[in-house]
Amino acid sequence: MAEAVVTGGAFTTAAEERISVATQWQLMWWRFRKHRLALVGGIVVIIFYLVVIGADFLAYSDPHASEAQRGLLPPQFIQFFDEGRFRPHVYAIKGKRDPVTFKRVYVADPEDKIPIRFFASGFEYRFLGIIPSNVHLLGVEGTTAEESIFLLGTDTQGRDLFSRLMYGTRISLTIGLASVALSLFLGILLGGLSGFYGGAVDTVIQRIVEVLRSIPTIPLWMGLAAALPREWSIIQVYFAITIIISLIGWTELARVVRGKFLALREEDFVMAAELAGCGRMRIIFVHMVPSFLSHIIAATTLALPAMIISETSLSFLGLGLRPPAISWGVLLQQAQNIQAVAISSWLLLPVVPVVVAVLAFNFLGDGLRDAADPYGI
Amino acid sequence: MLSYIVRRLLLSVLTVWAVSMLSFAIIQLPPGDYVSAYIAQMQAMGTLLSEQEAANLRILYGLDQPVYVQYLKWVGLAVQGNFGMSMEWGRPVLDVIGDRIWLTLMVSLSAVVFTWIVALPIGIYSAIRQYSLGDYVFTFIGFIGLAVPSFMLALVLMYLGFVLLDANIGGLFSVEYADAAWSLDKLWDLMQHLPLPALILGLAGTAQMIRIMRANLLDELRKPYVVAARARGLSHTRSVLKYPVRVALNPFASTIGYLFPYIVSGSIIVSLVLSLPTVGPVLLKALIAQDMFLAGTIVLLLGVMTVIGTFVSDLLLMWIDPRIRMEGR
Repeated sequence: MAEAVVTGGAFTTAAEERISVATQWQLMWWRFRKHRLALVGGIVVIIFYLVVIGADFLAYSDPHASEAQRGLLPPQFIQFFDEGRFRPHVYAIKGKRDPVTFKRVYVADPEDKIPIRFFASGFEYRFLGIIPSNVHLLGVEGTTAEESIFLLGTDTQGRDLFSRLMYGTRISLTIGLASVALSLFLGILLGGLSGFYGGAVDTVIQRIVEVLRSIPTIPLWMGLAAALPREWSIIQVYFAITIIISLIGWTELARVVRGKFLALREEDFVMAAELAGCGRMRIIFVHMVPSFLSHIIAATTLALPAMIISETSLSFLGLGLRPPAISWGVLLQQAQNIQAVAISSWLLLPVVPVVVAVLAFNFLGDGLRDAADPYGI
Repeated sequence: MLSYIVRRLLLSVLTVWAVSMLSFAIIQLPPGDYVSAYIAQMQAMGTLLSEQEAANLRILYGLDQPVYVQYLKWVGLAVQGNFGMSMEWGRPVLDVIGDRIWLTLMVSLSAVVFTWIVALPIGIYSAIRQYSLGDYVFTFIGFIGLAVPSFMLALVLMYLGFVLLDANIGGLFSVEYADAAWSLDKLWDLMQHLPLPALILGLAGTAQMIRIMRANLLDELRKPYVVAARARGLSHTRSVLKYPVRVALNPFASTIGYLFPYIVSGSIIVSLVLSLPTVGPVLLKALIAQDMFLAGTIVLLLGVMTVIGTFVSDLLLMWIDPRIRMEGR
């Protein structure tokens, strides 16, 4: 690379010189930056994972606190100004029976204002699972948040949808990560073996991949997930679902890894390393892996949305995570009944984070894939 | 050419075998066996089965023998079209599935046809008019199609249908035809109900196909032979459709093999939301009730159906792409 500066002689500008001495990762970052959508996607993904970390802090109500008296309460708006001054508050809500239809109706009382406080104390939790705390982003004065704030309404059992969505984000996004990690392990192992050794190993692994890819996945997942014992704990089911999803998810990653291995095997620098007497493991991990690491990262990002959708689908069917676990799919279960949704349309809201997350991961992955090869045109 | 067909056929056989193993595993997975579940069910209804009766049942189903014998027995019966009894329905499994497997096939096939019919012209249009308003609109719709899982799309469309049209847009038949025997009228009724599930199921695949088609055709259009064709006075349409589109079609066709399993898979969950009379709802019910013979059979039939579909699309691919026909020589 340094040679380029010399041959360019007096004609190289400062910008060109900067490029010629930049490291590979710097070049990737510069290329990635140009891809606006990918940048936006990256930011959205970071926000999502911040929610994963701070779910307890962002939720203002205990996600399991149910109360039949508050069932299917519609979303409520925060009033930011009171008589021209910034004083956020919500109106107290009274539940009544409609005398004609006997349906429960909720009426906001503009006279009864409940002031909202930031960094207020609420239900107890452990931040990151370690630090005990009871501070929440939002809280109210005089009464509990469970009884007064319902930003996105409540579900049939009167649990606050916003708080549940925060907790659902945590489970849905980490289960995606766990499945991808497992798929990645299988994919790199089997794809690497396939690409590096070729021959019979390659043929066998490729046939397995083809067979797995030509089986319809959802019925198979349903069958496996339904066999999980009912008495298993949330954690056990969580890991079982992770394994079931990655059982088929690894094929795509294995394909990418194999392709890269096949291409790199013919490169001169691999030959050079071989001639210099490097061991096989050293060639793979010191010389080959760094040159396709960026591709792997891109492929992983593109594989994540599929994992998230798989978990959501399974949980939606009632075969994945089961209540009291909270995930996007579990939340959407309540939207299964279309009559219920027609009356309480906010139950469909968990669709929004799923779609936004999947889009963000796709854009980010597209950008990463383009940036993964910064020397191309 | 022949070697290509033989190879594909062998792969199909391998896949069917794998599917049968997996289906059998699904039958075997739940704790206890068919008979203990049956006894529990009988007890729940107030009938007590004696030890002798239970043992007889176990021998009937071969449950006293090692697993591989049970597997072979199950496969042997399955080949003859005997898939055992559905516990929950108390009827042979095939009776319960009935027309549903064909309706699943119909829905899936119409989704595939939808994907082709829509993706091909839009892909060509997006490539020729790159960066036009239409291109952007279709790219945007394509991204939405990729991001929204089909069952969520179904949920949202059901909701919109309910609120805006005040109608239930689910189902495959009108009420009067739901239980009627097959007739031309019923078929026509089915045809009228198919477009919506086809759209919902096909959208994600369509989005992907448009992207592939657009990228391939863009690559192709930049090649010198297209310029040469134009220079010799070929009309614009002809210079695009005659060769570039045909070349761009090849990778397009090769993804068909993966499209079909994907759509069949999606149809299961979409059927539940739209309450389509396919095997989807039966499968879910069977799994929840641990009616494993029924569930395993459905997974097996879906698998076999997909394998046949993939094989047919491979033959189609061979017909379109001369390079594959040459490969075997």
